Amino acid sequence: MSQVPADLKYTKTHEWLRTLPDGTVEVGITDHAQHALGDLVFVEVPEAGRKLSAGDPFAVVESVKAASDVYSPLAGEVVIGNPALAAEPEAINSDAYGKGWLMRLRPAAGAPAPALLGAADYEKLIAEEGG
Amino acid sequence: MSTRLEKPIFEYSVPGRCAEDQWPRDPGAAATEDLPASLRRTGRPLLPEVSELETVRHFTRLSQLNFSIDTHFYPLGSCTMKYNPKACNSLAMLPQFLARHPLSPESAGQGFLACLYELQEMLKAVTGMQAVALSPMAGAQGEFAGVAMIRAYHRARGDLERNEIIVPEAAHGTNPATATMCGCVVREVPVDPEGDVDLEALKAVVGPKTAGIMLTNPSTLGVFERRIEEVARTVHAAGGLLYYDGANLNAILGKVRPGDMGFDVIHVNLHKTFSTPHGGGGPGAGPVGVSARLAPFLPVPLVGRRGEQYVWLTERDLPQSIGRLSGFMGNAGVLLRAYIYMRMLGREGMGKVSEYATLNANYLLARLQRAGFDAAYPNRRATHELIITLKRQAKELGVTTMDFAKRLLDHGMHAPTTYFPLLVPECLLIEPTETESKAALDAFVAAMAEILAEAAQEPERVTGAPHTMPVRRLDDVRAAKHLDLTWKPTASHATPTTPATPASP
Repeated sequence: MSQVPADLKYTKTHEWLRTLPDGTVEVGITDHAQHALGDLVFVEVPEAGRKLSAGDPFAVVESVKAASDVYSPLAGEVVIGNPALAAEPEAINSDAYGKGWLMRLRPAAGAPAPALLGAADYEKLIAEEGG
Repeated sequence: MSTRLEKPIFEYSVPGRCAEDQWPRDPGAAATEDLPASLRRTGRPLLPEVSELETVRHFTRLSQLNFSIDTHFYPLGSCTMKYNPKACNSLAMLPQFLARHPLSPESAGQGFLACLYELQEMLKAVTGMQAVALSPMAGAQGEFAGVAMIRAYHRARGDLERNEIIVPEAAHGTNPATATMCGCVVREVPVDPEGDVDLEALKAVVGPKTAGIMLTNPSTLGVFERRIEEVARTVHAAGGLLYYDGANLNAILGKVRPGDMGFDVIHVNLHKTFSTPHGGGGPGAGPVGVSARLAPFLPVPLVGRRGEQYVWLTERDLPQSIGRLSGFMGNAGVLLRAYIYMRMLGREGMGKVSEYATLNANYLLARLQRAGFDAAYPNRRATHELIITLKRQAKELGVTTMDFAKRLLDHGMHAPTTYFPLLVPECLLIEPTETESKAALDAFVAAMAEILAEAAQEPERVTGAPHTMPVRRLDDVRAAKHLDLTWKPTASHATPTTPATPASP
């Protein structure tokens, strides 16, 4: 059974979000997503300063099975992409909600609040998908 | 198939051993006198020193490690690994074709040009397009040509804002890469639960920035796109063009034509549908066909006809052409093979290809369902390929799609495509093609049923497969992250530094 920490927000496309004390938002892919992808061998993270609209692809995660885009749940500007993942993409497999974070984003001021899921709703979603 | 791994040829090397009668003639010092001294080699290159017989045995044994359509059932979905009749090869290898120089005058190559002209005409007839160019060297280049023509068309009309290519989730996997290569922005559109393009989502993304849509019909989900005419109307009404990826042409050959569905441009994978060399990197060929409004932008050269003479049409004849994609005429030998294949099939044969391809796939689907496997789209008829999902087996038995694929190798069958399309979890995309007999299909079903029974009783036999191959389960992750294809000499293979022995005159 996939882990779904109660203190995070989620998207239907299997990203998670954590609001940090400085107001920036950390984004990664969920434990369910890393499990479906399998062993990751390559990760491309965004450069600092990139402007994103909600729904824009911002990262690529490639496993032995497939390469997939990861979508930004929010509009904003990239503060930093996780520099450790280039050498250690498997951190996403071993620690999806910790060392496996993909980017930190400064949300755009005044952007409409996105439709995010709480942990219970995300658990329901992946149960429906057979996770 | 051999089950013994073959060691690198260097490891057969014995100092001084050689195959003297295979040596090239010594060109003497004259061959290097134009090279600056600093660039000339002073020591001998490290080459394996082996006899002629050892060389023949080494490469023959290597060839016996292959799975191939000539030796094994090869149901690799989305790839159409059909049998290539040997006549296509032997006729394309006629010395008059092989010896023809690409710069020889048109008057000296009328037979060759006639074949290509007729191939253009046959591809027009079978796709329903108005004009065809043969020169793209592979499917990927055909796709590039197609999207480049769409862009050139909009630009020629002064419609400069159109840079978005819509790609449904069920499109061929290469389409987003092509659009990106052509400088376009990809807009993805989802499919509905039955595998058709979600029309509401499509209507929401089309607009003044839409350059076109890239579609495969039947789609990569192994089903026909049922509302293709409405998709065409929606995209055309927004000012975009329709691109048909020819990946799955085998399903509709001689039955339905992309031109009649409303497509403006198509690329054809000759190596899939028209029986040219496939796998192992080609050489390939990806001709493009277009509707009348895109004809001025075709890549050159084309073959034209003036009176009784066949002639090259170049930039002079098509000043708006997107240009040249290859030296000369693409992969001429591959084009000839496709030409011969199409001539052998004839108009009636084309229809039989798709009839048997879809019949074989639907037969397999029905038999596999009866053997306890789940169809990904149980309410839909299969096309020339089908998708089963092993999601239930993975959950209940802990045996994954990859385990099934590896175990099939032990049954002497190439695995179907695994984990693609990405939309379907734990899937196998199975394409038997029209060239397999009922007995071959039954043998595949029997192998799958046996593996399923084994997965329930003795799962480690399946998860530990393959057992009879020259190597066991490969470490995919290590291969992807630490790719190492270089043989490195050990101390006993020290690089010789003595000058090369002059060859006998």
